[in-house]
Amino acid sequence: MQRIGVFVCWCGSNIAATVDVKAVAEAAKGQPGVVFATDYQYMCSESGQTILKDAIKEYGLTGVVICSCSPRMHEATFRKAAESAGLNPYMVEIANIREQCSWIHKDMEVATEKAIILAKAAIAKVQLNKPLVAGESEVVKRALVIGGGIAGIQTALDIAEAGYKVDIVEKQPTIGGKMAQLDKTFPTLDCAACILTPKMVDVAAHENVTIYSYSEVVDVKGFVGNFTVQIKKKPRYINENLCTGCGACTEKCPMKKQPNEFNMGFDKRGAIYIPFAQAVPKLPVIDADACLMLKNGKCGLCSKICEAHAIDYTQKEEIIEERYGAIVVATGFNQIKPTQFEEYAYNTCPDVVTSLEYERLMNAAGPTKGHLQRPSDGQRPKTIVFIQCVGSRGDSCREKSYCSKICCMYTAKHAMLTKDHYPDTDIHVFYIDIRTPGKNFDEFYRRAVEQYGVDYIKGMVGKVYEENGKVMVQGSDLIDNKQITIAADMVVLASAVEPDPSARSLGTMLTASMDTNDFFTEAHAKLRPVESPTAGVFLSGMCQGPKDIPETVSQAGAAAVKVIGLLAKDKLKNNPCVAACNQSVCNGCSQCANVCPYGAITYVEKEIRTPEVREVRRVAEVNEAVCQGCGACTVTCPSSAMDLKGFTNRQIMAEVDAICR
Amino acid sequence: MQIEENKNEEFKPCIVAFCCNWCSYAGADLAGSSRLTYPADVKIIRVPCSCRVNPLFILRAFQRGADGVIICGCHPGDCHYTTGNYYARRRMTLLFGMLDYLGIERERTRVEWVSAAEGAKFAATMSDFIDTVTKLGRNRKLRDLRCKE
Ligand code: FES
Repeated sequence: MQRIGVFVCWCGSNIAATVDVKAVAEAAKGQPGVVFATDYQYMCSESGQTILKDAIKEYGLTGVVICSCSPRMHEATFRKAAESAGLNPYMVEIANIREQCSWIHKDMEVATEKAIILAKAAIAKVQLNKPLVAGESEVVKRALVIGGGIAGIQTALDIAEAGYKVDIVEKQPTIGGKMAQLDKTFPTLDCAACILTPKMVDVAAHENVTIYSYSEVVDVKGFVGNFTVQIKKKPRYINENLCTGCGACTEKCPMKKQPNEFNMGFDKRGAIYIPFAQAVPKLPVIDADACLMLKNGKCGLCSKICEAHAIDYTQKEEIIEERYGAIVVATGFNQIKPTQFEEYAYNTCPDVVTSLEYERLMNAAGPTKGHLQRPSDGQRPKTIVFIQCVGSRGDSCREKSYCSKICCMYTAKHAMLTKDHYPDTDIHVFYIDIRTPGKNFDEFYRRAVEQYGVDYIKGMVGKVYEENGKVMVQGSDLIDNKQITIAADMVVLASAVEPDPSARSLGTMLTASMDTNDFFTEAHAKLRPVESPTAGVFLSGMCQGPKDIPETVSQAGAAAVKVIGLLAKDKLKNNPCVAACNQSVCNGCSQCANVCPYGAITYVEKEIRTPEVREVRRVAEVNEAVCQGCGACTVTCPSSAMDLKGFTNRQIMAEVDAICR
Repeated sequence: MQIEENKNEEFKPCIVAFCCNWCSYAGADLAGSSRLTYPADVKIIRVPCSCRVNPLFILRAFQRGADGVIICGCHPGDCHYTTGNYYARRRMTLLFGMLDYLGIERERTRVEWVSAAEGAKFAATMSDFIDTVTKLGRNRKLRDLRCKE
């Protein structure tokens, strides 16, 4: 019989206001094995932990139940405290009476009754706990950053600076991401290229950084400290070692009619192209769908022109396998194409553009060399209407439920920059709310209104349509309470941002959880914002939620620090809650090995001695360093030889019994 | 025995929920921290993955007097251990069919996918399940099979 101590936490009033903590402690006292029970205001505090430690020593406790918040919150805290008092940390169980009781029930009697049952279940479980010892495993001192936008670049730079090797995998032919497409950045209006491109060069030149551009992660195996990742290097058809990046090939290509993605399709590129002048690596890439040589073996002009003999039409896709201790997701975002919103006429009217498209139209390095021209006829627009919250903050299925966060600010930026170039432009902005929480953000927005005279209209747009060469915008002005129609030359839609579409499959590969919008979930929304719940996977930038550049950069740095903290360790403690085989009943049927996702089960010939038999036979053996403790094998095993430490059959049955009694 | 139970008292079902640690248990926590209420009749048992739920646990629960059992895991494709919830889904489909055959109505057993971000879904699922089981009334089938010592 264990000697169990039960500690009921008030959590200030979080628990104590709805659960009679004294009654819970009192009820616990009557349970078999319980030799001590008490309640305290904050068990997780220094003094609360002292109560725990003192009781362990004074009463010689062999098992502990803490009735408190979720084990996902403080299980580690209490285990550590118990360990420091000489108790095996796995002799601690948590009864979750906050998130799963006091916070969801209002009636004191009901909540108390439930809390008592939850405490009893935990007591019944801890009766059967056994001390567990965690094994150790090596940490591979190399990090992988997936995505080479500003988030990935910053994370990689910070990790590399600390002295660790880091690889960046970027699916585009160049790193730089969305930020490379931007003109100026709010609220300081410094030019995006001037602050980003030096970083791109730095990261590429760093001795600790390897960049796999035009590559994708296709498989991830392993776990924290030791991931094995397969990276698919798509063929560029260029020999990277020979190419000098002169660009002569791109000029001679006869297939010059391909839409240029970097300029949002506003101009054309060849079948062989360098995405933009400051691309890193500065290597061309051949678009296999457009290249005549690759399609039907005729042409080969670029190869003839290339003095370095770097064109290689035979290049094949390559799979690179590498091991990593930590993985950072920095897959970024996309701005949605608002094609499903017919009211904004994005599909039908060429002068209705998204703000990222507008960004290219304003950019000195863009398709119009920075001269603002409307797409339909190349005229300079005199009246521009900006519409905010397109596809954000909605509750219908075609809209995103969240606020895209950056639109208010970049719209103010667009308005100001436009006015700077062409002061006579008439600018109207339809908005629902203006959101400017950020350093110097509100000042920035007010400058747009007060200094630049931008006309902000609180209201929504009902319809956009073409009439006599104008783009008519019909909307409501909620402040003056009237309907208005503006005859504009151009309309810019601040459409919602969404996680990059590659995030979903990557999340599955990493077994990292995502929310309903496909943003990665953090391990704890407040206390562990850059870690995924999956150990060893970290989050940087927009893949976790909408954010602007300064926030992205700070999160990137934070993720890097977490990675460095992990890589600085030589060994990691494994999870000791792994499968164990009772070999005396195992008959070597192999069913467990079939369902094990990690290949952690092997078979050995072993002499089995029980009172009934004495024979050499094939039995299962679990590799504890590889097992992750899911428990699939335990249920599959027809002879119940497999069990899971920490969640044994008997423990779970005991919980069931305690709940159903 | 029946007379005893019918004493005007409102029927409060006993429901066991098995929640996987990575998604559904976290979803339950989120329901809690968002203060989304659902009836207290359900008690959660944390398991590492939905595939850890042995059919025997469910039988045991019904035998011990549970009126309903629900298993919650990560959405298909999102299991922390990649494939666990597929095993759970297949096992439970078979088990629930068999239980139904034995007289434990289909509505008393359920498998649901709830992610860590779906606190609202967790609360709504629990409320709905509790409601369904309450309407069915007490489960006697396996309980009555118990040998009384
Ligand atoms: S971990 Fe949630 S179902 Fe496997």
